[in-house]
Amino acid sequence: MEEKLIFEMSVKGRHGVLPGGFDVPGESPGEVLPGVALRDDIEGFPEVSEGDVVRHFTRLASRNFGIDTGFYPLGSCTMKYNPKINEEIARLEGFARLHPYEPPELCQGALELMYELERYLAEISGMDAVTLQPAAGAQGELCGMLMIGAYFRDKGKPRGKVIIPDTAHGTNSSSSHLAGFKVVRVASEGKGVLTPEAIKSVMDEDTAALMLTNPNTLGLFESNIKEVVEVVHEKGGLGYCDGANLNALMGFMKLGEMGVDLVQLNLHKTFSPPHGGGGPGSGPLGVKKVLEPYLPLPRIVKEKALFSLDSERTRHTATVGRLKAFYGNFLVMVRAYSYLRCMGRTGLTRASEMAILNANYIKERLKGHFYLPFDTPCMHECVFTDRYQSEKGVTTMDIAKRLMDYGFHPPTIYFPLVVSGAIMVEPTETESLETLDAFIDAMKAIAEEAEKDPGLLKNSPGKTETARVDEAGAARNPRLRWVQGK
Amino acid sequence: MCEAIGVASVEELLEVFPGELKLKRPLDLPEGLPEQELLGLLKSISKKNRTVEEYASFLGAGAYNHYLPSVVDYAISRSELYSAYTPYQPEMSQGTLQATFEYQTLICQLTAMEVSNASLYDGASATAEAVLMARRKTGRKKVLLSSAVHPEYRETVKTHLVADNESLAEVPYCTESGSTLPGASLSAVDKETACLVIQSPNFFGAIEDVSAHAEIAHKKGALLIVSIAEPLSLGLLKPPGLLGCDIVVGEGQSFGNPLAFGGPYLGFMAAKEELLRQMPGRIVGETKDTNGKRSFCLTLATREQHIRRERATSNICTNEGLSALAALAYLSALGKKGLMDLARLNLSKAHYLMQQLSALPGVTHAFGSPFFNEFVIKVEEDPQEILQGLVSSSILGGIALKRFYPELSKHILLCATEMNPKHEMDRFVRELSSFTGG
Repeated sequence: MEEKLIFEMSVKGRHGVLPGGFDVPGESPGEVLPGVALRDDIEGFPEVSEGDVVRHFTRLASRNFGIDTGFYPLGSCTMKYNPKINEEIARLEGFARLHPYEPPELCQGALELMYELERYLAEISGMDAVTLQPAAGAQGELCGMLMIGAYFRDKGKPRGKVIIPDTAHGTNSSSSHLAGFKVVRVASEGKGVLTPEAIKSVMDEDTAALMLTNPNTLGLFESNIKEVVEVVHEKGGLGYCDGANLNALMGFMKLGEMGVDLVQLNLHKTFSPPHGGGGPGSGPLGVKKVLEPYLPLPRIVKEKALFSLDSERTRHTATVGRLKAFYGNFLVMVRAYSYLRCMGRTGLTRASEMAILNANYIKERLKGHFYLPFDTPCMHECVFTDRYQSEKGVTTMDIAKRLMDYGFHPPTIYFPLVVSGAIMVEPTETESLETLDAFIDAMKAIAEEAEKDPGLLKNSPGKTETARVDEAGAARNPRLRWVQGK
Repeated sequence: MCEAIGVASVEELLEVFPGELKLKRPLDLPEGLPEQELLGLLKSISKKNRTVEEYASFLGAGAYNHYLPSVVDYAISRSELYSAYTPYQPEMSQGTLQATFEYQTLICQLTAMEVSNASLYDGASATAEAVLMARRKTGRKKVLLSSAVHPEYRETVKTHLVADNESLAEVPYCTESGSTLPGASLSAVDKETACLVIQSPNFFGAIEDVSAHAEIAHKKGALLIVSIAEPLSLGLLKPPGLLGCDIVVGEGQSFGNPLAFGGPYLGFMAAKEELLRQMPGRIVGETKDTNGKRSFCLTLATREQHIRRERATSNICTNEGLSALAALAYLSALGKKGLMDLARLNLSKAHYLMQQLSALPGVTHAFGSPFFNEFVIKVEEDPQEILQGLVSSSILGGIALKRFYPELSKHILLCATEMNPKHEMDRFVRELSSFTGG
């Protein structure tokens, strides 16, 4: 059944939660706001009861699939279990009801938590300093690229280019572009990883940085990373790592020790805060000492056991400024901090170990059934394609949609772009062997269906409440809001 | 599992890490805690913070203390919604998608605009995105910002203009009225101007003359961007879309999101339809499934980074989906009447407080412009000392403006909302009187 839009439930004059009574004289807007243009209606605005709202959201929720519903192996997104205790902690009054402009002596707990979180993230990534300000991974990338630009301008030798491998997330290119750089694309070699030779052929003294992802989006460890970054360093460039795939590395490797100068960490991926159906995230940026002066303001400082926020420009003349108002997505940081304290150093290392084990298990068990372009040990995710199935006219899209009928969220599809028809599976460490086996069985069954009854896949999903959605139609004829009477 | 993989042990599997790069020692982090101890620890940290529940707070300036109806937390606690990713697979994400479509509609209704996106990070970064959008649309570089736009928003815009910020100039506010005078814009806007940015109500709480600024901008072919830090004002003020504005952006925190020490908040953006192709961020559209049933999906992705890469309208990927959902639940629960009543209540509270304060000797209402729920007072003594004194009476008595505007060294920015009962405001006035007027 179709769920009505909230606007379609409106009954004139109906209302839900009304504000409290007037304990001060009720002012007439027309009188206290002379000459100001006022409104007397909000056309089309909902007029529903509280009960209507609750049922509406309950029904919307039932039309959605989250990690709490089932397995969600969305590659590069690290859909791990979101511990419930973190939700409770993020709702503690002392965190949720704190105004950002309170004097620092009244928010010592918040500043302490942020200070400690910066320290933990620096330790995990091997960096010297961290800013928590970026609201998401892409904002962390932008922050890093802006800092790189400022660094070279300060040296009196601005640089114009950034090298980005063809396996990179789309955000890498757009963040670099926003920061004023021209993007130079470099291909990963036959084995799916970067080689020092490939970088050498494009690296020059106008290149500010190499922006890589490790493990890369093929799920492979960039085994030449140290040599590759050395090539960049030799010409005075910097190494930026997109830390979206950090879930494979914790406790095993520090990006800072591989020569990386900057890395953004997606807290909502690696450190368990929920993704919220598209945010809020948090994308702290870690940097080496030489880049610290360029970090955005304010910085959190500790002096004699007292924490404070330092936004004094005269002390930080090189700063890039700020990416947003206030200090970042604090309640996401609270959840990540709580996760880190719960897991501890042993737990984090174990998490990475299990993430790698789970991905390799899926890779090995499915590789005869789905084409595996890179048959080497993978990290926390693995990439298949639809090459075998395409002989019957079945595409990655069909496979993904059919998986829904088996009760699983599909993997990331058609990414990375370097592999045609990619199916990118990231199981994460929080899934049991039984869940992995059930997924593997479903994938095998789908491979068989593709052989025997391709039409079944073409017409899937058949068991979800909504059948295949016409996405092309949505783009052709954009209807982006509800309009009364239309 | 190892057997299936063909390795003897997990250790063998981990040999994929080059030996010389492998960490030789454990991370320097504490050992893990069981849940009960974890909760105890985090509670003790949270208790080192003093909240707006314990203190009478008159702080605003881009973060507003409003009542959160219970139904909002219900809505965002449904884990089918909060534990989902960005809705790439529409058949399994109709809940998130329909909710976002409804959110987009609400933002259009409130602002009287034609298109809205699915959210941006916050009011500041949304303002920066609007500026970049106006530059792309007009092909011009020059950006004019009113100096009465939130100082942190202005700094964010400046950061986003990168090394190109010589093209950024400020239009001064009027020291009498606290607003941006159309005359000041008139002398600043020229044929190189991409956009003029004003905030209304502005950082001092003053309501700006949106249509006058729009007319000035349009005469020279520039766009008018209105940034709104307190969108509750839209329950009362004529929407910018009806006043000639081209892009409306703002901070949606007031709509159902807690203060939370500054985040996560919610950047909203709405614009005229002709600007749609330049809009950053996710957008949800209505369509049909193969059975002809109404359904929703992410659309117009060719603007976005995962398709367009360096030619995308923005680098944004993860946005503030759940904060937008909270706004939807909040606005639906209040509804038309609730929102309009609440706006009038805020107006009345703030005007009561201003009248009581400005009756005190040594306190004056600093600016003459009409205001919504924020205003500025001028005192004779050092505001910093007064505010510190008030803290010892459990009052957060506003923000000393000197940190943002050195020339306003005796000025305090105050906010009153439905969260400030009359008796609390009266207590504040009494306490303040002991610091002012000798």
